[in-house]
Amino acid sequence: MRLFVSRDATSRALGAEAVARALADEAARRGLALALVRTGSRGLFWLEPLVEVDTPAGRIAYGPVAPADAPALLDAAAAGGGAHARRLGRLEDVAYFRDQDRLVFARAGVVDPCSAADYAAHGGFRGLRAALATSGAAIVQMVTDAGLRGRGGAAFPTGLKWKTVLDAVAGGCSDSRLPIPESPAYVVCNADEGDSGTFADRLLIEGDPFALIEGMTIAGLAVGAAQGYVYVRSEYPQACRTLAAAIADAYAAGWLGADVAGSGRRFDLELRVGAGAYVCGEETALLESLEGRRGQVRVKPPLPAIRGLFGRPTVVNNVITFASVPAILEHGAAYYRDYGVGRSRGTLPIQLAGNIRRPGLVEKAFGVTLRELLHDYGGGSLSGRPIRAVQVGGPLGAYLPEAQFDTPLDYEAFAAIGAMLGHGGIVAFDDTVDLLEQARYAMAFCAAESCGKCTPCRIGSTRGVEVVDRLRAAREAGAAAEHARQRALLDDLCETMRHGSLCALGGLTPDPVRSALEHFPEDFALRA
Amino acid sequence: MAATPLPLQPPQRRRRAAADAALPAAEAAAVHAALEAHRHRPGALLPVLHAVQDALGYVPPEAQPLIAESLNLSRAEVHGVVSFYHHFRSTPPGRHVLRLCRAEACQALGARALEAHALRTLGIDFHQTTADGAITLEPVYCLGNCGCGPSVLVDADELHARVTPEAFDALVRRAREAAP
Repeated sequence: MRLFVSRDATSRALGAEAVARALADEAARRGLALALVRTGSRGLFWLEPLVEVDTPAGRIAYGPVAPADAPALLDAAAAGGGAHARRLGRLEDVAYFRDQDRLVFARAGVVDPCSAADYAAHGGFRGLRAALATSGAAIVQMVTDAGLRGRGGAAFPTGLKWKTVLDAVAGGCSDSRLPIPESPAYVVCNADEGDSGTFADRLLIEGDPFALIEGMTIAGLAVGAAQGYVYVRSEYPQACRTLAAAIADAYAAGWLGADVAGSGRRFDLELRVGAGAYVCGEETALLESLEGRRGQVRVKPPLPAIRGLFGRPTVVNNVITFASVPAILEHGAAYYRDYGVGRSRGTLPIQLAGNIRRPGLVEKAFGVTLRELLHDYGGGSLSGRPIRAVQVGGPLGAYLPEAQFDTPLDYEAFAAIGAMLGHGGIVAFDDTVDLLEQARYAMAFCAAESCGKCTPCRIGSTRGVEVVDRLRAAREAGAAAEHARQRALLDDLCETMRHGSLCALGGLTPDPVRSALEHFPEDFALRA
Repeated sequence: MAATPLPLQPPQRRRRAAADAALPAAEAAAVHAALEAHRHRPGALLPVLHAVQDALGYVPPEAQPLIAESLNLSRAEVHGVVSFYHHFRSTPPGRHVLRLCRAEACQALGARALEAHALRTLGIDFHQTTADGAITLEPVYCLGNCGCGPSVLVDADELHARVTPEAFDALVRRAREAAP
């Protein structure tokens, strides 16, 4: 008998460990031979802890289950996926899952995340084999033709970035501050997923880390880098543990190291753990941190692609970007490009978070609307009250009102309404939210997380908190002149931060503030 | 003029001895072990600091000169890094550390009320430790559990979802009763 229980951080927080223990104990009591596979999550969090039973007809799911369900679950499993109050059937037939386009997350929740053999048995490493059979320039061309754009938030064309590194390596453009002769270039994965409302990187690493390892190895082959680093935030202990185990297994199975898959090519990969600095999600701050310094933003140019880690040309991409690459190499650029709309090609793993009835991961081709996501997938708010605002793209993303819920998820469509998709996190708020408090929080967060290098961000954010506090006091007191003065000051401050900051932290903090002011003016208005 | 007599020890050796002396033997051993394990890695400072904090619960200020010397950095550089990152602490924490998520997704599910409840019932502010030494309260900005907040992380690896004020009180009671 084979059962699958997730071990991702959210499932564990919802009690998956106790469920797994209860199943193992009950099986032992019955003298049953039970194979309990600890997978990642399928991403349907409201059904976690979820138990799946291997049957000839596919995996039959039960959820959410409690430890007390263990005896009845084992009865149902013994009956080949039999009846139980929590029986869901095959997840592939559950609308939330069925209607997704699972390219990147095809294996997450299905495979054992710590087993290279299981990954290979589920079609893994085919992209790497294709990459080993071709040239670096050809790999870069395929990624370019696929139209893949960086999934970390900036949406920069990945192929163009890789080509810049490839050309820089070929041109000997390198200014090394440390002599590390084994690698002329580096591949760095940004897994510092600090945006609230996002968890796709974590789910991928905890569910299918070999997709990331394979994607980074392909990037190494493409640009001629022999060393890669994955920078994972310290707030993700489960992801760190899973990735460390996966990297060790990849070495043991010969997928990493001096002789990748018997090709004679070298690619080494190392996990590095962050230390709780949001700004290290900015690529140059991340490189500083990897080099052992304060995570302070570097002035660009030079781009990391020209002069990155230890002064070498460096590919820096997000987890999902790398994990998208194996499918492109395996199926071809056209296969990937056929998903999506306009200049947003492929799929986006969307994360439904906050006050939402069915939170989780929805991987869809670009073009799905916010309303479909919030209502058809998310099922409305958890509290049952109307969803009044959503914040898309993390703490630097705009707050959007109901009137904009028909916006399709597409980089350009979001830019057109002064918002950004970012990393695809959607946080829903019901009608109890006070957008003035959210605007204040945006400034306070920036003040807490500013790296301190540039003045508009370092000082502006603190002044921003003070201005919003005075605005609130004027709102409560009904002091019209003072209110107008503070309102003008806030607009001015936002303008300064947007144009004067060195990176996106200070530059985009005005977005949630301004969108709150624009779309929810009643929350700032004088109290009658 | 007579030649200046040579010092009995090279200056560097003297500094190390002085630094070691300021640090209790067990702690010095942990710092040396961390350096031994990681000093060869490129950009070794963060891995070293993680290893020290994992072993001791914090990075003792007296360890900074040792680390600086071993990695050929200035003490200012080491201090700058320790103080920059929220994760590293320079004072010993309470027996248990509770990290409360303050980010937006958790706010949408009641984290602001939970935060007020936690501060009030524990009678401390963030970054402080209760008088009985049992609990240190830290803010955290996102634990990646954004679908099922409010989220609280207990110590290194025990994540809790959908934490109500009552559930928080239960976590606090358990932490107070549990061995460190």
